[in-house]
Amino acid sequence: MSEELKTGPAPGATVPQLLPRLLPLLALTLVWQLVAMQLHSRSLPTPWAVLEVLWQSLQEGELLFHLGRTLQRVAISFCLAMLLGVALGILMGRYRRLDQALDSLLILGLNIPALVTTILCYIWFGLGEGAAILAVVLNKVPMVAINLREGARAVDPQLMEVAQVYRLPAGQRFFKVYLPQLYPYLFSSARNGLALIWKIVLVVELLGRSDGVGFQIGSFFHFFDIRSILAYSLAFAAVVFLLEALLLRPLENHLNRWRL
Amino acid sequence: MNRLQVHIASKRFGQAAPTLQDLRLQAQPGELLALVGPSGAGKTSLLKIISGLDPDYQGQVQLGTNCRISMVFQEPRLMPWLTVAENLHLVAPGLAPAQLQQALDRVGLGDCARRFARQLSGGMQRRVALLRAFLTQPGLLLLDEPFASLDRPTAELLRQQLLDLWQEHKPTVLLVTHSLTEALALADRVLFLGTHPARVVLDHAVQGTRPRALDSQAVQAMAQALLQAHPDLLRGQAQTEPAPPP
Repeated sequence: MSEELKTGPAPGATVPQLLPRLLPLLALTLVWQLVAMQLHSRSLPTPWAVLEVLWQSLQEGELLFHLGRTLQRVAISFCLAMLLGVALGILMGRYRRLDQALDSLLILGLNIPALVTTILCYIWFGLGEGAAILAVVLNKVPMVAINLREGARAVDPQLMEVAQVYRLPAGQRFFKVYLPQLYPYLFSSARNGLALIWKIVLVVELLGRSDGVGFQIGSFFHFFDIRSILAYSLAFAAVVFLLEALLLRPLENHLNRWRL
Repeated sequence: MNRLQVHIASKRFGQAAPTLQDLRLQAQPGELLALVGPSGAGKTSLLKIISGLDPDYQGQVQLGTNCRISMVFQEPRLMPWLTVAENLHLVAPGLAPAQLQQALDRVGLGDCARRFARQLSGGMQRRVALLRAFLTQPGLLLLDEPFASLDRPTAELLRQQLLDLWQEHKPTVLLVTHSLTEALALADRVLFLGTHPARVVLDHAVQGTRPRALDSQAVQAMAQALLQAHPDLLRGQAQTEPAPPP
């Protein structure tokens, strides 16, 4: 059972296995329902009322459209940031000079608030899609790079010697010997990164785009439409859970199967 | 063809005194050569130079043209994220699955193809490492104390498998060991290394037919005789017989 908790449910997980994970969510919903009933206020609609709005905007297609736009931005900036960050991290882990040269920039990048980079990108590059993506990528790259730098430093020289003695071609050397050693670092970057990127994309959309979940939540805020804000957040949470359960977990379990 | 000729004028680490100096050795194609010396003598450094892992030395290493090198390290060094079959396939991509299975069967690992290194015992991992070294059809095989830290029956089994594979493929073999009896039991010729700096202090051709068990009377007697003739041999001080000219 403890193993189950560590690695998460297997693809064929049964209801009893999923229960410990679902229980806290159900409890949260229950508390929400009770508090909402007690307060009877516009600022906290009941879960049921939120679900109604969710269903309605699903049927109108509005929710899916905006969610799709946001997902698109998340996907593009996630891939770009991972690629750049991984390359940078590996190079910095490997070449001391480069590491020294870029280290302070990395720390700077890591600590600049997302709001600042976003606004600056919009001012300098215009209120366009490119500026939005750039802002997200800039926020994310330093974190990935720092993580992967640690990974590159921890690469086992003994295994690299095997690759060298047996004269493996560069591609094999990288994908079969080098990269697998970085998987744990890649996964932690991907998971943290996805969480971070969601948040930043919404801010970026709120500040300078006319579609996407962030833009919608901004408009709902103006009309004080709490039900819609919560409905969109719920849809959003569902997507995050689905991504984790259908993509990240299975992939991680597959790549880590040799550790069991 | 795959005649190995090594002359290392000097190898030093940083500013320290040279670890290897004026070290010469050569091996005929298909010869099984053992290198014996006390630990810290620079045996591993020598193998690293010959294998090409360490280009930072003065001297010359001559191999035959297109000579493939394989190496068995002190540790099995299998890629833990690859199965046994994938590990072997990595170094010998041209190998058909049936051939691979056959090779695994030969060393008694027929049912391990799909297992990961972690699921094998230490001895089994070494066997895979040994097999990996032979599957590339090397002209030169370097073995760096491959049987150290194994229990005796396992080590004996691996030695036998080494001899079997060697007799089948006939690569030139350079076996580094600190065990005199192991060297005498396996090799055609034993080179003794002295320390500080390491160089060949004695070149001894082994008489007798194989197989020679490690604890057989013949091997024990050979070891005794050698140690009596050269009492300082394994302490690395001996200069009783000068190294033969190349």
